[in-house]
Amino acid sequence: MTATIEPEVGKSRLRKEDERLITGRTRWTDNIVLPGMLHLAVLRSPMAHAKIVSLDVSAAKDSPGVVAVYTAKDLDPDGSIGMPCAWPITPDMKAPRRPVLADGQVNFAGEGIAVVVARSAAEAHDALEAIDVEYDELPVVLDMEAALAEGAPLVHEDLGTNKNAFWVFDSGEAGTGGSVEDAISSSEIVVKRRFRQQRLVPAFMEPRACVVDPTGAQLTMWSATQIPHILRVMTALTLGIPEHKLRVIAPDVGGGFGGKIGVLPEEMMTVLIAQKLGKPVKWNESRSETMVTAHHGRDQIQDITISANADGTVTGLKVELLADMGAYNGLVGPGVPILGAFMFNAIYKFPAYHFACTNVFTTTTITDAYRGAGRPEATFGVERIMDELADELGMDPMELREKNWIKHEEFPFTTVAGLTYDSGNYEAATAKAKELFDYDGLRREQAQRRESNDPVQLGIGISTFTEMCGLAPSRVLGSLDYGAGGWEYASMRMLPTGKVEVTSGASAHGQGHETAWSQIVADQLGVPFEDVEILHGDTQSSHKGMDTYGSRSLVVGGVAVIKAAEKVIAKAKPIAAHMLECAEDDLEFAGGKFTVKGTDSSTTLQDVALAVFAAHDLPDGIEPSLDSDATFDPENFSFPHGTHLCAAEVDTETGSIKLRSYVCVDDVGVAVNPLIVEGQVHGGLAQGIAQALFEEAVHDESGTLTTGTFADYLLPSAADLPSFTTARTETPSTTNPLGAKGVGEAGTIASTPAVVNAVIDAVRHFGVNDIEMPLTPMRVWHAVQHGTTDAGGAGSEAGGGLGSIDTSGGAQ
Amino acid sequence: MRITVTVDGTKYTDEVEPRTLLVHYLRERVGKVGTVVGCDTSNCGACTVHLDGHSVKSCSVLAVQADGSEVTTVEGLARDGQLHPVQKAFRDNHALQCGFCTPGMIMASIDLLADNPDPDEKAVREGLEGNLCRCTGYQNIVRAVRDAAHHMSPGAGPEAEQIKHVGVGGE
Repeated sequence: MTATIEPEVGKSRLRKEDERLITGRTRWTDNIVLPGMLHLAVLRSPMAHAKIVSLDVSAAKDSPGVVAVYTAKDLDPDGSIGMPCAWPITPDMKAPRRPVLADGQVNFAGEGIAVVVARSAAEAHDALEAIDVEYDELPVVLDMEAALAEGAPLVHEDLGTNKNAFWVFDSGEAGTGGSVEDAISSSEIVVKRRFRQQRLVPAFMEPRACVVDPTGAQLTMWSATQIPHILRVMTALTLGIPEHKLRVIAPDVGGGFGGKIGVLPEEMMTVLIAQKLGKPVKWNESRSETMVTAHHGRDQIQDITISANADGTVTGLKVELLADMGAYNGLVGPGVPILGAFMFNAIYKFPAYHFACTNVFTTTTITDAYRGAGRPEATFGVERIMDELADELGMDPMELREKNWIKHEEFPFTTVAGLTYDSGNYEAATAKAKELFDYDGLRREQAQRRESNDPVQLGIGISTFTEMCGLAPSRVLGSLDYGAGGWEYASMRMLPTGKVEVTSGASAHGQGHETAWSQIVADQLGVPFEDVEILHGDTQSSHKGMDTYGSRSLVVGGVAVIKAAEKVIAKAKPIAAHMLECAEDDLEFAGGKFTVKGTDSSTTLQDVALAVFAAHDLPDGIEPSLDSDATFDPENFSFPHGTHLCAAEVDTETGSIKLRSYVCVDDVGVAVNPLIVEGQVHGGLAQGIAQALFEEAVHDESGTLTTGTFADYLLPSAADLPSFTTARTETPSTTNPLGAKGVGEAGTIASTPAVVNAVIDAVRHFGVNDIEMPLTPMRVWHAVQHGTTDAGGAGSEAGGGLGSIDTSGGAQ
Repeated sequence: MRITVTVDGTKYTDEVEPRTLLVHYLRERVGKVGTVVGCDTSNCGACTVHLDGHSVKSCSVLAVQADGSEVTTVEGLARDGQLHPVQKAFRDNHALQCGFCTPGMIMASIDLLADNPDPDEKAVREGLEGNLCRCTGYQNIVRAVRDAAHHMSPGAGPEAEQIKHVGVGGE
């Protein structure tokens, strides 16, 4: 019955989660073994686009250990089941049905065609060999621009087009700013570039898996998912299962990065088969399956035009995107570019803005959310174009940023995209980053190396960024046609012994919720950190929620925990007053104790909990319970920001890149647990740097993913990455009572442009102004040899004054 | 085929198919689900265990090859309720997030330290090249391994003895 005095929030607490994770006592979905459990294996199409002429599963049915083999017609005879898309971004968005198994036609290499159920996973996989499929090949559609051309082969013939949707925001029309066309025609300089966001694989370490047990009162589904609550709702709606007969559990989940947001055909088939057979069934994918069938991320072509005055004041920004959806709509895939629409103006006071996005179907794996979802793409675009503009103006790129960014005293600030940034201090973060980085010293060294024609050139890359976190305001999400709300839920139970059980609707997959939430609860209730247990990821204990993505857990879910705690205290107060024989108004609560003001008469919250349990002497009309539940739906997003600086050494003779130093100062508002914040930043940096330098999902001309294993897809190892210097400034968010802003995606968002800007900066004097990601030694060497502008050469944009520059295209 | 393997100090005799991989044997027959499968190309290292004292990717070893051998998994590291110093260093240095790569990373780190008791940052990074992590950016893993090295150096106390114990296969 001790009360903590020193605040827990702000402490670098070691994680509660780690004990089980370091000792191998973790509960992964693939660890779940149930009596009589059967195993699934899915036959996947080697073709990217083909009619299925015939499909003979009879030999597979006779294979050893096989219990059943199903095709689309067996699992869904009516052809009525389609994977859901929760984000129909326009009323006329095309929504082709994505069946559980390919129904007469395959539309990407890896699409499931048949599923074998056997006594062991090995027997199920063996039997796949015995399935005979005859295909009639259709032309593949792999390039977004070709897909939109007149007469292009169609991914879905019945749609009559490969265009999924067209979405536009214009500041002139929205009344948030001026007309971009006016800005472009009247500005002194106009720069236009085309950037490509290559396709990436989220590459969480734990492959996806699903176990379904139909033998209980409820159908229980374990899944390696980020979204157990959404999955429950969507499974109920998709398969017509009464929601109250369905329990979804996300046990320990081995990473997600957005890649485990989805309602999977495999999850639906596991449910359907478990129901048909009346037995527990497990689907567990191999890494090779993950690579082709778990959704990919990014994959955009960005045509960006920026206009400015000769002094560097930006007058307008025009963004035209092509975004590859793959063969079908993902759960939130069509909305991913739109999240970016609000971030292209970044930290800047651009007076005019136009954003237009065309989503395109191709015969490839679907794309959907991947760490940052839309915001890394936008930040890359704007931070690259700012460097290009600085170069054309002959300005230091930092000076250009400082000239255009929102000043500390101007917050709250409503941007040209219509968002109101609550707080920020770009000056403070930048000053700290420059000092840690030795910005001026490195600039001097860069000049010396250029002068001496050093074969190893030095480049400095800047990325100043903000992002919108805390994906709630349900009303805002609704205005963007997102299908669900963004609130988050928590409940709290004071146990008779004074311990506290808390449930959260935000279900973690490595972020450390159990630790951070415990810190919050300890402060709110004044109970020891160790006395708090956080339960999540099970729709039975945490019966509602919106799950974890978009750096929303802490700033929405963490605040819901605060709201639940406030209710516990409010319920305890009249009981405490009764126990202390005083009026409620005479009581104050602090450090876990109710004290009669001005006296030393007090009782602890735990004492009240025990009194409630006994219920021998409660005030009249008071129910014997301190339990509470609460939701939080903030009125605005939160806006973390930061300044990232990268120094890259580029060997001009080999094209190889060495990251010499990487400094970032992130402002995540109040850091509940600085240790976790730092870890999140490190991991984010690794992913963003990997996009810049290493990773790319590549399809060959037949539509086969040639980077379909970890042997071909270059996930960086420890030896491929440098050490990072991280620091923080702290400008509390004003949109939530924690003052927290979110951190999960910051490192990924900021680091990709920092690294690319550094490399371009190192070799710009060779005439290079773009190199396509990933910056492989071959691409860098080629750019140094030829200069990028040689290969550009599209027409120029109208503009007056200093002239206009157009290097769309790029060398690679 | 009939094999006898000592896993985390307990002897098991089982009939296995010749094609059974050690990782599947450990997970499905012995119940050592602390060792996990992250890929099917031996690239990720999530399934790393010790076979007769040296780290191996248990997805690249057949169960029959382990016949007569000693296997140590992450579940066999803690002794008498005490975490192995490398496990402790991973926790103390926040060297894990989702934790899926962690058992393999810990097993690889122990073997790395057995070979080189005082590795510098470069040696740790290169030594762990065969184990992939998607969450941490590796920085805290490197820190943890070097921290563990410090705690296990000669004269550092009983923890230093523990590494030897595991390093030779847990006999």
